[in-house]
Amino acid sequence: MYEKNGDKYFIVDGHVHLWDAREKNQKNIHGKQFIDCFYDYHKNLSPESELWDYETYQYYGEDRLYKDLFVDGYVDHAIFQATLLSDFYHTGFGQTEDAFALTQKHSDKLTYNHAYDPRFEEAGLEQLRKDADRMNLQGVKLYTAEWHGDSRGYKLDEPWSRRYLEECIKLGIKNIHVHKGPTIRPLDRDAFDVADVDKVATDYLDLRFVVEHVGLPRLEDFCWIATQESNVYGGLAVALPFIHTRPRYFAQIIGELLYWLGEDKILFGSDYALWTPKWLIEQFVDFQIPEDMQSEYAPITVDQKRKILGANAAALYGIDIPAELRPAGNPGQEGVEVAAGAKEAVPS
Amino acid sequence: MTTLALCSPVDVVEALATVTDPELDEPITDLGFVRSVTLDDDGVEVHLRLPTAFCSPNFAYLMASDSLDALRLVEGIGKVRVLLDDHHDSAKINIGLAADAGYRGTFGSEAEDSLEELRSVFLRKAHLAAMERSITAHLAQTGEGVERIHTLTLRDIRSERHTTALLRRRSAIGLSICPNSRVFVDEHGRSVAPEAIPLKLRFAKSVRISIEGNSHFCRGLLATRYDDTEPIGASPRINDIRTRRFP
Repeated sequence: MYEKNGDKYFIVDGHVHLWDAREKNQKNIHGKQFIDCFYDYHKNLSPESELWDYETYQYYGEDRLYKDLFVDGYVDHAIFQATLLSDFYHTGFGQTEDAFALTQKHSDKLTYNHAYDPRFEEAGLEQLRKDADRMNLQGVKLYTAEWHGDSRGYKLDEPWSRRYLEECIKLGIKNIHVHKGPTIRPLDRDAFDVADVDKVATDYLDLRFVVEHVGLPRLEDFCWIATQESNVYGGLAVALPFIHTRPRYFAQIIGELLYWLGEDKILFGSDYALWTPKWLIEQFVDFQIPEDMQSEYAPITVDQKRKILGANAAALYGIDIPAELRPAGNPGQEGVEVAAGAKEAVPS
Repeated sequence: MTTLALCSPVDVVEALATVTDPELDEPITDLGFVRSVTLDDDGVEVHLRLPTAFCSPNFAYLMASDSLDALRLVEGIGKVRVLLDDHHDSAKINIGLAADAGYRGTFGSEAEDSLEELRSVFLRKAHLAAMERSITAHLAQTGEGVERIHTLTLRDIRSERHTTALLRRRSAIGLSICPNSRVFVDEHGRSVAPEAIPLKLRFAKSVRISIEGNSHFCRGLLATRYDDTEPIGASPRINDIRTRRFP
């Protein structure tokens, strides 16, 4: 819970990791390049007071995670998004089993989302059934750009991927988080391209597709799709830290998202440990569209911030919010065909 | 006796300035992606660098091969070598460039034959963004409303700050630059129904914001990655180690 000027916010961090990128876990040069790239993101966008040293950043462990999220970071509930990268790290980048064990220890505070790869075909499906049962999965995180053998990625609308999505419906896994953002190693099967989300979102209305990193670097493609699909959401991880270094650009991003998607479909995520939630939450609560931009974008209200910071994700994951922290309206609502601002601009 | 490189460093940098990052729609020289230019008696060696080791390999290849093409047009340049540093596919790309293997030849079976379609997607986006800039500037200056947009011709906006950039992008995707042409057109040069214009203009604005934002991000990351070892200047580092100098 975070409180400022008498306003209280229930916080759900929709995107956290427990990673191990230490040298001994790096399989090859790409493992080093990957964590170096993350560290550059961290250095480039964090306030100076929030900078970690490189060694801590490579591995911080579960105690540090617990402290940064729940003791210092105001977070009421956090959701692990699995990041396997088995080609780069011996035991994977995200520490699957450790993270899952932590959610067992603090089940009121942590939810675990696992990952699958449809290129494992039948064997992977069987594994997914076992994982869903053992881990009580409500969501998965997909890296469509992850390499697998000779393949440099897959599309959500390919036949095997469709079979996995259909299995998710059967297994009660409703929240499909898709990494559509900063690149891993895509080639022509362009990992940024959100067109495949469009296709499956139309076909599988029982699922919700959370596009992580709001499609950056292709924000506009994501907005265009999310406007037309009622079950597409945007995760703010990586977009939010611009609030510090480039507040006017952040105003444009959040202004565009509120215009195209509306306030019910935007989810907070720190992408911990890329960034810690504390400063992101503090700055977002303090944030306002600069006055000279308010003719373009309406000011952001406290209730909108409450939805984005927690209530929307809570609705997707069935997390209970204490009555005094609930925003007005119906957070995380489904069935809105054309979002907020765009509704007026679309001729009927 | 070998052919001597006769060009000047300025020729080399000017040639590289014609190469743009397709996604950011800016010259690689302005973005700081040209790390060094070395002129020796055989020719020129150019090193490129990118904001992260994980920049998309198709874009990386596109910029490196465009650089090679642009440099080969320089009179008296001698042998041209372009090398991409610190990228996860550096070895692959550098071997492919040296062998003139083409995109498919460089990356193998999962690569398309060429990157023309990818390139054209971004040229169309760059046009949309440039169109929005011009129109928004024009409306702000004249106080006209969006209902006027469908009648605007290039002649009406010829003195606007962003119009030259718009004309360049129209040429790149094969649209007319005749002064009587409509400003607001779709990617095929067809005019758009007045009632469809507000939403399309709104989308064009999102495209513009997205491109500008990516550019901020890439510049920031490049500075984070290299600034403590090599300052990020506007112009590339030039080493002229030729034994003979030419005016």
